[in-house]
Amino acid sequence: MAEPKTRKELRFILNGEDVALPSVAPDETLLDFLRLRRALRGTKEGCAEGDCGACTVLVGRLSAGRLVYESVNACIRFMGSLDRCHVVTIEHLRGTDGALHPVQQAMVDFHGSQCGFCTPGFVMSLYALWMRSPDPSDAEIEKALQGNLCRCTGYEAIMRAARAISRYGSAARDPLAAEREAVAQRLATLADGARVEIGEGDDRLVVPADADDFAGILEDNPDATVVAGSTDVGLWVTKHMRRIAPAVFIGNLPGLCNISEQNGIIGIGAGVTYTDAFSVLSQHVPALGPLFDRIGGDQVRNMGTIGGNIANGSTIGDTPPPLIALGASLTLRRGAERRTIPLEEFFIAYGKQDRRPGEFVEAVHVPLPAASARFAVYKVTKRRDEDITAVLGAFHLDLAGDGTVGAVRIAYGGMAATPKRAGAVEAALTGRPWTEETVESAIAAYEADFQPLTDMRASAEYRALAARNLLRRFLAETTDASTPVQVSRSAAA
Amino acid sequence: MNRHAAPDLKASKISGGVATDQRHDSAHKHVSGQALYIDDMPEPAGTLHGCLGLSTVAHGTIRNMDLSAVRAAPGVVDVLTGHDVPGVNDISPTGRHDEPVLTTDTVQFFGQPIFCVIAATREQARRACRFARVEYDELPAVIDVAGLDPAAAKLVTPPLTLKRGDAAAEIARAPRRLKGRMRLGGQDHFYLEGQIAFAIPGEDHDVTVHASTQHPSEVQHMVAHALGVPSHAVTVEIRRMGGGFGGKETQGNQFAALAAIAAKKLNRAVKIRPDRDDDMTATGKRHDFMIDYEVGFDDDGNILGVDYVYAARCGFSADLSGPVTDRALFHCDNAYFWPAIRAVSAPLYTNTVSNTAFRGFGGPQGMIGAERVIEEVAFATGRDPLEIRKRNFYGDTERNVTPYHQTVEDNVIQRVVSELEESADYAQRRREIDAFNANSRIIKRGLALTPVKFGISFTATHFNQAGALVHVYTDGSVHLNHGGTEMGQGLYVKVAQVVAEEFQIDLDRVKITATTTGKVPNTSATAASSGADLNGMAAKAAARTIRDRLTDFAAEKYQVPREQIEFLPNRVRVGNQEIGFAELVGQAYMARIQLSAAGFYKTPKIHWNRDKGEGHPFYYFAYGASCSEVSIDTLTGEYVVERTDILHETGRSLNRAIDLGQVEGGFIQGMGWLTTEELWWDDKGRLRTFAPSTYKIPLASDRPKIFNVTLADWSENREDTVHRSKAVGEPPLMLGMSVLHALSDAVASVAGHRICPRLDAPATPERVLMAVERLRREAAAR
Repeated sequence: MAEPKTRKELRFILNGEDVALPSVAPDETLLDFLRLRRALRGTKEGCAEGDCGACTVLVGRLSAGRLVYESVNACIRFMGSLDRCHVVTIEHLRGTDGALHPVQQAMVDFHGSQCGFCTPGFVMSLYALWMRSPDPSDAEIEKALQGNLCRCTGYEAIMRAARAISRYGSAARDPLAAEREAVAQRLATLADGARVEIGEGDDRLVVPADADDFAGILEDNPDATVVAGSTDVGLWVTKHMRRIAPAVFIGNLPGLCNISEQNGIIGIGAGVTYTDAFSVLSQHVPALGPLFDRIGGDQVRNMGTIGGNIANGSTIGDTPPPLIALGASLTLRRGAERRTIPLEEFFIAYGKQDRRPGEFVEAVHVPLPAASARFAVYKVTKRRDEDITAVLGAFHLDLAGDGTVGAVRIAYGGMAATPKRAGAVEAALTGRPWTEETVESAIAAYEADFQPLTDMRASAEYRALAARNLLRRFLAETTDASTPVQVSRSAAA
Repeated sequence: MNRHAAPDLKASKISGGVATDQRHDSAHKHVSGQALYIDDMPEPAGTLHGCLGLSTVAHGTIRNMDLSAVRAAPGVVDVLTGHDVPGVNDISPTGRHDEPVLTTDTVQFFGQPIFCVIAATREQARRACRFARVEYDELPAVIDVAGLDPAAAKLVTPPLTLKRGDAAAEIARAPRRLKGRMRLGGQDHFYLEGQIAFAIPGEDHDVTVHASTQHPSEVQHMVAHALGVPSHAVTVEIRRMGGGFGGKETQGNQFAALAAIAAKKLNRAVKIRPDRDDDMTATGKRHDFMIDYEVGFDDDGNILGVDYVYAARCGFSADLSGPVTDRALFHCDNAYFWPAIRAVSAPLYTNTVSNTAFRGFGGPQGMIGAERVIEEVAFATGRDPLEIRKRNFYGDTERNVTPYHQTVEDNVIQRVVSELEESADYAQRRREIDAFNANSRIIKRGLALTPVKFGISFTATHFNQAGALVHVYTDGSVHLNHGGTEMGQGLYVKVAQVVAEEFQIDLDRVKITATTTGKVPNTSATAASSGADLNGMAAKAAARTIRDRLTDFAAEKYQVPREQIEFLPNRVRVGNQEIGFAELVGQAYMARIQLSAAGFYKTPKIHWNRDKGEGHPFYYFAYGASCSEVSIDTLTGEYVVERTDILHETGRSLNRAIDLGQVEGGFIQGMGWLTTEELWWDDKGRLRTFAPSTYKIPLASDRPKIFNVTLADWSENREDTVHRSKAVGEPPLMLGMSVLHALSDAVASVAGHRICPRLDAPATPERVLMAVERLRREAAAR
């Protein structure tokens, strides 16, 4: 492979300014850059783990030629992932005349701030929402605010402000809208097809030119840290102060961000963000929608990738169980070599995946369920939204013509050291009528499949019981339409 | 605010007086990122950064502490241990000498600060901390209180007993009686802005400390104490906090003391901002409680006698555990008359972080004990808990004496509850929910209406004082300063409204300035909901003094009787003429009239004899009630709040917009405490829920789906408070109790409302599911 040309500086736009950074550490976060290097201190640090949203900023990027702005957590966003992006902070929102932005004025008038510390983050999240949905429903507002914590207001005043924003101005008069074309052009000029390399040897930061370049770099540097959305690796740095250099940043990487549909199989590149992947997947498999709406908040979904969620092999990653239940497979690549394996075989043991040195997760392939199949996924958490799974169960049932279980794939998260299929339960169900009696007799098989642990999220006893009850819920949902089987945020009281 | 706008000299009313809905004074700065928090302040060149090294065992003696690698780490300038404290190595807020700045020999909880690294950057300080090699001889650690005997276990501070009548005899004599135990979790404050202190050394012994604190005077005293210098050498300043909730009443002392010690030692500015994990690990929280109760009652649900033991996990030191556990007992009655009562506190020593103030200050935990007893009696007698509540409310002229022998003189709970019962359509919805539950196999609904009566005043009588400083400049603009701190609650704007009202000038003529020990000394914490009551009155007094001087001056200069001088909006009527306020002020200056005054206020009527358990500790009570409906999933324990209705009274509110925010926010915070906010320690005594990824405060999507909040428009404080308003900071938190009880009601439905669910808090989905399972088992066994 021909090596692409190399550039020795990061290039991006910060608010109205073109920035070229020749010196940046692989683990330097956007938040520290803003606050410490640029004295832009409107963006706050609340938790440094991407959970509270006080550091929310917008990042604009060209996606298929279109400029899209997304809310992200600056605290766990590395500078290395901002090449060719437009970073917009709270300081950029006021008009040149000093007037407050409609989002800001609505928050003032509806008493949406008390202590004010979380407020810039809320303003940025609401701004991102307003750009794509000027008159949002309450459900849309709540979803846009899943990644923002407020400890003072109880949110009611913020909701009132959010509903009223469009009365304060039109999105067309928005400062970002006015500069949109110019910014898109400037970003297009920054896309020079170069590899970015900053620093030397083991302290290097590399942004590959494209997927092929990445493959070569990783083959030559098998110990490099691969950073996609940094919603996990970010915490290695901010919480555990681990060294991640040399680090290779593959977010938004050309050749790794493709979504395809062929012969009933959805292919998702490892660099596709949750936001982009989820919109396609839940269109084809509607049952995934409610789950995806409960993974992280918008900021995390705009950064995190399905590839990353799989590659780091967490026992509580939320995408592997449903993908396993759907029968997904995984393509791994090393240099020019590729191999494809069933997704569940990738997870070997706690913290151990079937990824060889120099190899990376390139894409996941998700076969769509048959029209007649029943599929459901249930996530159980302490708090409904933006919480890490205690138990997650995914169920994929094909009934035979006689009403017996033809094929069933069940996978759980939070129940074992890895995302895991419930093989014994599946066996106990297969070939038998899909009835309460069958389900109750299969419940005993859980013992053989899972011995969950107790931790701060749930006790072993609760996990075991809830896991079993999720199968009961699936039965009820597939056989009894007369009664609700889940509490619902959206349904009216 | 536009400082250049000329005041309207014809106005019939000033802009921004009391009883008007003003925005938070900093709202426009909050939304634009221009409000400065301490970490946003420009730093002097050479500013250093500190990070605390924390212990890694829950209890033990330090055998060896090797900090050589820490000292050698990049950027490290100094490493402080307890031996570097030049004054007294103690920050106990109650003078018990049980809380070192940095411990030198024994560690008493996992996460106790043992050294402090000072480095060129914050990151370098954080990294260097990890190089410490500390060896311990571990000692047995007490983490949970479940196994402790409250009557025999080690305490951190003397317990309190409240007694009226002979509870034991009345319970024994009662037709029915029962006893039980409730576990009630603590709560992390989760202020969005973490703890921070920024010390800038001056000449002589002087040091200025910018500290995110609710109690600048205490920080001042602690810093002076730790430095071994007089208080006059230390100035503590705070413009605003990014949330406090009680977590910055005493918990900032440690960071301030260390920043000041390092700043004086190194003669450099030093900032200490712990990261979120360290903040949640090393600072105190709301006390969790174990409440033992016994109650005697009759078949109609009349409660005849109650006996309580409120045992609290206090942690390793007293901190504020004495007054917190006292306040729990003060609220063991909530809004109910207990004909005979004995309540005992047990502030238990544990090898956990020392628990501290948190909005409500023990009061919420006390009330939870009252509501559990109500619930028990309701299930025992087969009645709706609301009926039992109403049956046992305080009376107006009889049945109105509290367990601490104060007569309730301002009782409005019957009115609050009956109005809410009506507006929330309680009876009709109770029937609808019964019908729903009969037809819904998996999802069950629950409904509950709970009252709140909260005592207002610091129970330590001497804290009920406040000072203010008001300057009027020659252009008629006003500089306002007082001892209260702004943590988001809107205190600054409320007090400014009071001053604007007093002078009859527009609110934008009043400049609100940062709280500093240099302007108003010897202040009390902004706590106990007292901020506006105390500081509003002090500021009013200061303004009144200047106004009186202006009146005297005008009377003399224009030769008119004082009675003919009236302060009108932005002007003063002097006999038959009107003079602009600024003009009169200018004239007064030329006549050498003092245009600056200090104001002072102390709450009347209150007294308290702790030894006897008798007195009048509260100036008045604040009342409210809430009604919540929930749905629970009996397969997983997950739930949603379908609807909440609130009626709360804030007297003649100074600012209803601010008060509404306090009520809404307080309710959600209380709901979080009782539902998803769970503190979880492992068997090593290490808190494992120390960041928002594991500790779950409510989100926007946890709000009730329907949320109707009303401030009672008829409310008026019968006491002579500032413009007859009532305190609003803490009382609404306890409105969150209705969610816990609605969950309990939903759980009870699986056993036909025949068994008390005894749902402990926080009622996580796990606790709800386990309660459902237990009730099903018990119902089947009957």
